[in-house]
Amino acid sequence: MRSQIAAASAFLRNTWRGLTSMRTALVLLFLLALAALPGVLLPQYSLNSGKVAEYKAEHSTIGPWLDKLGFFNVFAAPWFAAIYLLLFISLIGCLLPRTVEYLRQLRARPGLTPRNLSRLPHHAERTVDADVDEVVAAGRQRLRGWRKEIGEEPGGVRTISAERGYLREAGNLVFHFSMMLLLVGLAVGKLVGYEGQVIVRADGSQWCNSGLFNYDSFRPGLTVDGTNLSPFCVRVDSFRANYLPSGQADTFHADIAYQAGDDLGTDRWNPYGLEVNEPLRVAGDRVYLLGHGYAPRFVVTFPDGQTRTQAIQWRPTSTATLLSEGATKFDPPGVTDPAERRKHQLAITGLFAPTAAYDHTGKILTSAFPMVNNPAVAVDVYRGDLGTDSGSPQSIFSIDERMVRDGRLNKVARQNLELGQELTLDDGTRIRFDGVEQWISIQVSHDPAQVWVLVAAVLVLAGLGASLVIKRRRVWLRVRPNGAGEGGGRTVVEVGGLARTDQAGYGEEFGRLAGDLLAARTSGTAPNKIVADRADPERTGSDEAGPDETSNKTQRAAAGGGHDRQDVP
Amino acid sequence: MSINSTLSQYSDLSYTTAIAIYVFAMLLHAAENAFGRRAVQREQKALVAAGGVPLAEQPSRGVVDTGRALPERLGRMGVSLTVLGAALHFASLALRGLATGRVPWGNMYEYISAVCLGAVIAWLVMLRRHSVRQLGAFVLLPLVVLMFLAGTVLYAQAGPVVPALKSYWLVIHVSAMVISSGVVLVAGVASLLYLVKARHEANPSTFAKLGSRLPAADALDRLAYRTTVFALPLMTFGIMAGAIWAEAAWGRYWGWDPKETVALVSWVIYAAYLHSRATAGWRGNRAAWVNVVGFAATVFNLFFVNLVTTGLHSYAGVG
Repeated sequence: MRSQIAAASAFLRNTWRGLTSMRTALVLLFLLALAALPGVLLPQYSLNSGKVAEYKAEHSTIGPWLDKLGFFNVFAAPWFAAIYLLLFISLIGCLLPRTVEYLRQLRARPGLTPRNLSRLPHHAERTVDADVDEVVAAGRQRLRGWRKEIGEEPGGVRTISAERGYLREAGNLVFHFSMMLLLVGLAVGKLVGYEGQVIVRADGSQWCNSGLFNYDSFRPGLTVDGTNLSPFCVRVDSFRANYLPSGQADTFHADIAYQAGDDLGTDRWNPYGLEVNEPLRVAGDRVYLLGHGYAPRFVVTFPDGQTRTQAIQWRPTSTATLLSEGATKFDPPGVTDPAERRKHQLAITGLFAPTAAYDHTGKILTSAFPMVNNPAVAVDVYRGDLGTDSGSPQSIFSIDERMVRDGRLNKVARQNLELGQELTLDDGTRIRFDGVEQWISIQVSHDPAQVWVLVAAVLVLAGLGASLVIKRRRVWLRVRPNGAGEGGGRTVVEVGGLARTDQAGYGEEFGRLAGDLLAARTSGTAPNKIVADRADPERTGSDEAGPDETSNKTQRAAAGGGHDRQDVP
Repeated sequence: MSINSTLSQYSDLSYTTAIAIYVFAMLLHAAENAFGRRAVQREQKALVAAGGVPLAEQPSRGVVDTGRALPERLGRMGVSLTVLGAALHFASLALRGLATGRVPWGNMYEYISAVCLGAVIAWLVMLRRHSVRQLGAFVLLPLVVLMFLAGTVLYAQAGPVVPALKSYWLVIHVSAMVISSGVVLVAGVASLLYLVKARHEANPSTFAKLGSRLPAADALDRLAYRTTVFALPLMTFGIMAGAIWAEAAWGRYWGWDPKETVALVSWVIYAAYLHSRATAGWRGNRAAWVNVVGFAATVFNLFFVNLVTTGLHSYAGVG
């Protein structure tokens, strides 16, 4: 039993170690990149569900399987979540010990001075006139900002051990923790956020964010039931779209007004110019201008002389020309008997072209331009039972084809109408294409967590910058009295340097530093001892050295060895 | 904003000329590689003593050093031509910007052109700091191909941009992506050649000719690392700026649009590259492979995502 527990704990420990190792993290990073690819290569429900259906129809064998395995909804698939959750567990397992270690290092003193500084990647030596204490004092002065430790060695030798660049690891930790904060912010947004779209006519119509049923489509977060939407109302007064002669969109502008808070229920409205890139931010929500379209206005004069006018949005079938399709539906006026009414309902369906163009037969209507220059409709008029009383929902853009198949709804006319033209049905009903109104589609988005995502992103960037720019590096100074008197001066100064991380480019800074440290009251008469800067595996050589350093260079060993030399014990 | 067609014609002319000059520079670099001395020999020339005094006598060298050998002159001419090409390339973008009255990266053609200019400038900067001139032909080759494709298949007339692109974020987001993508292209070429050189160093008979003329594997690794370290924070910033823009333009800061996804994938790959260089057993070859995969992802993102998939990142003209 005891051995089983031991085995189990060993297994857990090894699994944890394996999971939190850098290798595993690397593999998980690759898996994440790989797993995201189907999200690019295959159609996705979240982006375009129509394309998914198309793909499944074309690939009838693998399509359903891919669907079951979540390949059409990659970023919500359990296997995708598994990868990034494992990655973040691995990250936490790696970060916690590193944070502890970092805090410990912050209090620790710089390491002891190595016995032989000339074996370090950076090294310089010189004999100077100043005495040991003066050199050490000057060194301390020069190494301001470094964490220093002054040491004594037998024979009157003094050393300075200095280190700086601790913020590198801090940046590293901030980067990784902020990545997790970012993911948490993203997840919270998915839980409590919502997003809905609705079409509002640009004729002073009002729309209020008071419930789910006010939306045409709505995507709630997991905890959103639609009861606590941020209360606000908008009124769309007018809309202007400007297109270039090429048909390319130039500007979209909607003059709207909004009210929220205490203004609700009053007639106090705040004007706002809604544009692409300029969402309205109100009551913690954002209102976006998504698109626009047209609503042809029809006037129907019934046989008894009564008229009815209606303009309802038609749906663009082409964003380039705004050729639109739709169905404008009328009930016969003054008919109270439901059975009788269902015999005389009217639907005007077909195409609307803001700038009419016809094919060579002169019959088939298309649109040449997305702005209203010469509007026309090509309509089929149906009469009979629209099925609106059946209780089942139907699209506002089309008629219920089942009613047509059942013979309860019949086509009674087909005609092209330009603005102001009218057609007459067999029973004397006249239908006039009376005008064009505009509508805009707006999106309302709610995500209270996104500001935290932004904060996390800024921290990610700051941490990344710090961890890549700051170098953790050490420098040592050994100052000993010049016993033998060689070189003429009184004191021999040795400087050694080491970059602790695989960050390149310490050579230049070390060159300047060594120059300053050794410049302290150099013996005037003594010839400079050759100052060696051993081949730094991080550096290319002469082409990289600064002007100060070139003269220090006497030899270059063949570049070789490891790229990132670890710390010298 | 009306379009100045004269300026845009000059812009096109500069673009074509820049490509021609790059091609010529590439040929000169290739000639240097083909006829040049081997890299090992050149190293020795760098021996300089303290204070500029020769450390040791260099008997036979005195004569050689007074004039440069022909191949080296060809290589240096290649660099000069690259500078000239870059100047024209810059002029072509600047003229586009003046002609259209907006930043010159509003469609695929302009975007790729700007990315390539970023790469050329990154290459020239690297050239000042590292002795890696032998890479010239290999760096210019993918750029010339990219620019040719941009100028033929993806060409778009100078024109205004769609409303969604009318935002100051176009300047911030796209310039960050342009520069980071350009720099990363240079890093990718360096890593690719690192793999060649490393195989050559392991076994001198593989890539015998090419390998012996490339800079040391270390230098290539360092070039790749430094360029990536420069590009990654910029890429991170670019993606974040894109997210902020998307929040204002598309109603959400992240929506797994194909371009967004592939940008994240590239970012993850470059993050993996930096980690792999700090992981025992992954340094060297494996890290270089990771960087090459990142290069592939970048090119994939430049082309495939705009041409094959449909997403929100489609510009006027193409995609």
